[in-house]
Amino acid sequence: MGILGWTYVFVGVTFALYIYIAWRSRVSDTKGFYVAGMGVPPVANGMATAADWMSAASFISMAGLISFLGYPGAYYLMGWTGGYVLLALLLAPYLRKFGKYTVPDFVGDRYYSNAARLVAAACTVFVSYTYVCGQMRGVGVVFSRFLEVDINTGVIIGMCIVFIYAALGGMKGITWTQVCQYCVLITAYLIPAIAISMKITGVPIPQIGFGSTIAAGHPDAGKYLLDTLNIIAKDLGFVQYTATFATVNTNMLNVLCITFALMVGTAGLPHVIIRFYTVPGVRQARASAGWALLFIAILYTTAPAVAAFARYNMVNTLNDKPYIERPQWYTNWQKPGLVAWVDKNGDGIIQYRPGAAFVGRPNFKMADGKRVLGKYGQPLLNNKITTNKNELYVDRDIMVLASPEIGGLSAWVVGLVAAGGLAAALSTAAGLLLAVSSSISHDFYYRIINPQATEKQRVLVARIFIGLAIVLAGYFGIYPPAFVAQVVAFAFGLAASSIFPVILLGIFYKKTTREGAICGMVAGILFTGIYIIQTKFMGVGNWFLGITPEGIGTIGMIINLVITLVVSSFTKEPPPEIQELVESVRIPRGSGEATDH
Amino acid sequence: MSKDRKEYWRKNLRIMAWLLAIWAFVSYGLGIILVNPLNHIHLGGFPLGFWFAQQGSIYVFVLLILIYCKLMRKLDREYDVDE
Repeated sequence: MGILGWTYVFVGVTFALYIYIAWRSRVSDTKGFYVAGMGVPPVANGMATAADWMSAASFISMAGLISFLGYPGAYYLMGWTGGYVLLALLLAPYLRKFGKYTVPDFVGDRYYSNAARLVAAACTVFVSYTYVCGQMRGVGVVFSRFLEVDINTGVIIGMCIVFIYAALGGMKGITWTQVCQYCVLITAYLIPAIAISMKITGVPIPQIGFGSTIAAGHPDAGKYLLDTLNIIAKDLGFVQYTATFATVNTNMLNVLCITFALMVGTAGLPHVIIRFYTVPGVRQARASAGWALLFIAILYTTAPAVAAFARYNMVNTLNDKPYIERPQWYTNWQKPGLVAWVDKNGDGIIQYRPGAAFVGRPNFKMADGKRVLGKYGQPLLNNKITTNKNELYVDRDIMVLASPEIGGLSAWVVGLVAAGGLAAALSTAAGLLLAVSSSISHDFYYRIINPQATEKQRVLVARIFIGLAIVLAGYFGIYPPAFVAQVVAFAFGLAASSIFPVILLGIFYKKTTREGAICGMVAGILFTGIYIIQTKFMGVGNWFLGITPEGIGTIGMIINLVITLVVSSFTKEPPPEIQELVESVRIPRGSGEATDH
Repeated sequence: MSKDRKEYWRKNLRIMAWLLAIWAFVSYGLGIILVNPLNHIHLGGFPLGFWFAQQGSIYVFVLLILIYCKLMRKLDREYDVDE
């Protein structure tokens, strides 16, 4: 059976499994729909959180990003894991003690204000939305390559699958599907990683393998892999793989800001926070944050190893090789336009050098519905060719998906990786869409518009909004603002500048007032949002201390904190019952009570 | 708030502060600010700073949460506020 056959088998079996689980855990009440009845054991919640949170970006794009970036890839690695320490220590136990359904629920009750609730709900929708677009794009990439359909068709298929199980099972369905998806995605990530590590270094543990020497039979055998990557990079004119900012022109403040924004953003992501409402108590909330990070760490410590192996393999199989002798995987990935080659010097040999080979994504020349081929059988491009020596375009997103093929592993491994990529994208999309729809249906519709709504109405409204949210997400998946990992980075900045500080102060500073929180949130999200739009879409330079859009969330957070504290200091202090509420969330005892409302 | 509760909260904050100090030191300190001097030391094929940035810090994060759970469990029992 070929790659396509195996892919259909794995994707088909896993999809059937998800739908079966969703059917088994379908729910009819709001407590089941929003917080899975608060009965999820910590280990299961840890797995679900890990799947919820490890997205298409983590599975598909991250290793590719690190592979191209080298050392600076660590900002993403540390940022996306370090946030769990903040979550475990600063938010999860207290929010679980508070024990409601959503993030705006806490904000609205703690700040005794529907206006605050509304702002928090808007932030939640905005943040989750920025994030979900990337997932849909990821689904499209996987489908287009592995099931040989158009990227846009892939996005639509993904939308349908998510709709089925998110609308049916709510949080309960999503939780147990995510536990299953975690197992699929981690297996799919580890098997090729271990196989490639064995192949290149002879060490079966990738985390150790990428710091080991290259095994006999490969180019540069006997030398350390990382040293070899540095030498290759130097020879081809790239920045060295382990080189830090001292050798590159980097703004240290910006580096710290990016890492911090990713950490705080992780802790402030509504779809991650609401997972901690699903466990039975405070102790379980703390423990499940630990489990979650452990499960995430398994993938996150493997990713940099995969990145290093992928780079080694890619350079060795493509660079300075004649195009007509290109490997099969290259041809496979050229079909969806994720790799391309322009023969700038007309020698028929692929030269991989720094810089972009041409402007934008590949736009192949077409005639009679077919690609026009050049002298060596390569599809020709309409893109504007750049003046540098690089002739190769490789989409970062394919580094993980193509790595089993680049490494020459069996066809079934490729199929498994496709299923894993889809598991990662779908689990995150479902979690996000639930966060979006619960903010609208619970916080906006039920708490503000129609508090008399019956259980049945509320669940129906939640399902309708999940449906609408999915359609919109699909639209952004088809017309994406930037590549997958970058879109996701924006969501983090916005979560860091709006949701995290307001919850933090709500717990740790009793005298934070309603007015303070609202002003802080609005200021934080406006500053961050405008900065990102200016620098990203309007061509304005990084005007604030040279900080890039990825790191601006840190500044947004500081602005939020300062404004909240200043406004709180001259507005009337919170009523006594609110101060008592704050006292009570600080004590674990009694978390079993007052969970329903 | 009773005196015990205040003391419980103060101890909780102290545990948090220590753990967060380690968190910041390992990630921002060892992984970013001190990465260049650390890279002169090698751990097998890894420059040490690079290793902390792409591997070590993540292991430390997991340990920190584990320690937090243990310490808080003890503290909850000591002040009789556990569930």
